[in-house]
Amino acid sequence: MANTIRIRARVRDGVTEVKALITHPMDTGLVKDKKTGEVIPAHFIKEVVCKWKDKTVMTAYWSSGVSRNPYIAFKFKGASKGDRIELSWKDNKGESDSTTATIE
Amino acid sequence: MIDAKRRVVLKGSLTAGAVGVAISSGILTPQAVLADWPAAAFTAKTVDNGLNDLFGTTKLEASDKIKVKAPEIAENGAVVPVTVEASMDGIQSISIVAAGNPTPLIASFDMGPGAVGFVSTRIKMAKTAKVIAIAKVGDKLYSAAKEVKVTIGGCGG
Repeated sequence: MANTIRIRARVRDGVTEVKALITHPMDTGLVKDKKTGEVIPAHFIKEVVCKWKDKTVMTAYWSSGVSRNPYIAFKFKGASKGDRIELSWKDNKGESDSTTATIE
Repeated sequence: MIDAKRRVVLKGSLTAGAVGVAISSGILTPQAVLADWPAAAFTAKTVDNGLNDLFGTTKLEASDKIKVKAPEIAENGAVVPVTVEASMDGIQSISIVAAGNPTPLIASFDMGPGAVGFVSTRIKMAKTAKVIAIAKVGDKLYSAAKEVKVTIGGCGG
């Protein structure tokens, strides 16, 4: 799984806003496939972690109640323009991905 | 933690629902370690059980320092944008609950030391219900809620 994350981070007045879009089905396990009638098994991101300088600035724990192709935005203090951040996710099937971005 | 796991296994075996089965089998299969994922809270079927499993209490204090931004009417329950802004200091986490969903706890965002009380995401809503935002500050839970009318539910079924 590559390139599932699109991310942008901007710092304004000492507050960094991180926005990310992740490509993921986020299946609840409650929906039936219309063609086969089989239940589509649950498949969703459980955890999203954002690190800045090896510090965890945000950990999101999710259920399958987060929409398909999740959007997440959050803010934190302390970072400067040019700093690198890393965002990663893990899902209930053990799949994962991560990416880095430079704060603008 | 042991307690929480036992609960999930119990729930998994009692629930025919695929979610319960998937999650309990997830625990039985060694995978990427998700040490802190609050399994019991996320599989709880009521708001109170979810809160109790996540925080150990259901006591919320209403706060006007928390703003929940969500549409008045969501035509598509599968994608409801929700933004929570909390203006208090020392926020440890912000959690989002959709009171009418089969498993109401949607997400919980743990904040680091430089926390700013702001999170935005998109959630699924099964039906018209309150979206509750909970900010944890110290050992206190502050909350605010907003009713969202849902035209077409977004949890399947």
